[in-house]
Amino acid sequence: MLFSLDVIERDGATVLVVSGEVDVATAPQLRQEAVRLAGTGGARLVMDLSSVDFLDSTGLGVIVGVLKRVRTHGGELAIAGAENHVRKVFDITRISDVLPMYATVDEACEGLAADSPPTD
Amino acid sequence: MGEVVLEIPARPEYLVVARQVVAAAASVEPTFRDERIDDLRIAVSEATTNAIEAHTDLATADRIKIRCDLGDDRIEVEVFDEGGGFDPDDVDAAPEATHPDRLEWESGLGIPLMKEFADVTEIRPTRGGTAVRLVVYKTHSTAR
Repeated sequence: MLFSLDVIERDGATVLVVSGEVDVATAPQLRQEAVRLAGTGGARLVMDLSSVDFLDSTGLGVIVGVLKRVRTHGGELAIAGAENHVRKVFDITRISDVLPMYATVDEACEGLAADSPPTD
Repeated sequence: MGEVVLEIPARPEYLVVARQVVAAAASVEPTFRDERIDDLRIAVSEATTNAIEAHTDLATADRIKIRCDLGDDRIEVEVFDEGGGFDPDDVDAAPEATHPDRLEWESGLGIPLMKEFADVTEIRPTRGGTAVRLVVYKTHSTAR
C-alpha cells in the first residue's frame, strides 16, 4: 500500500489518517504534517494507524516527537487502530504506557474529549 | 540452504525493497509463519536503516549488501555497510517510557527492536563498516 496522509475533523478532534508503511523514507512526510497539526494550541490530535501495515523505530520516533510537541502546546495526542506488529512496536518500547491507544477513531475522539475541559 | 544476495543504493526509498525481498525469500518456505515474517521485516528494516544512515553520514556512494540464507528451521540475514562502523555499546539507551525525559528521545530504539524481533542479533565491525547478522526461526519455540 502506498504511503498517504489525510486529515479529517471528527468530534472536535483533528484526525490524521496514515496509510501504508512508515519508515525512514516516509517518516519525514508524517513529521511535517503532524507537526503542522500539532502547532495549534490545545490541539486534540488523533493519529489513525488502522491502515498502516508497517511501522519501525523511525516512525515511532516521529510519533514520540509529535507527542512532545502537542503536549508542549497544551494539547493531547492519541493513537487509534494500531494492530498486530504496529501495536507491538508501541508495546515493546512501552510508549503505549505514556501515549493513549484506542481501538477505533471514535473511541480515541471520545477519550480525548473526556480528558479535555469543555471549550464553551 | 537457499541464498539470496541483494545490493541496494544507500537511499531511504530503497528500504522497502530490502524488506520485500527478505520477506519474499522467507515466504519460499511455506511453513514460515506470517507473524515471524513480520518480525523479520522489522528487524531487517532497523538494520538496513542504520546502514543507510551510516552511508549518508559519510556521503559514500557504496551500496548496502544484504544476504539472506533460508534454512530448514530459520532464515538468516546479514546486512553489510561501509559506513565507517560504530560501537553498539556506545549507543545510549533511551530512558524508561514513564521517565520525564523520555519524550526527548526520538531515536535509539532501532537496536533494541532488532534484538526483540530477531531471535539472534549480532553486530560486528568489518574493515569498512558494520555487519549485522539476524536470525529468525520459523517458530519462537524453536529458538527459545
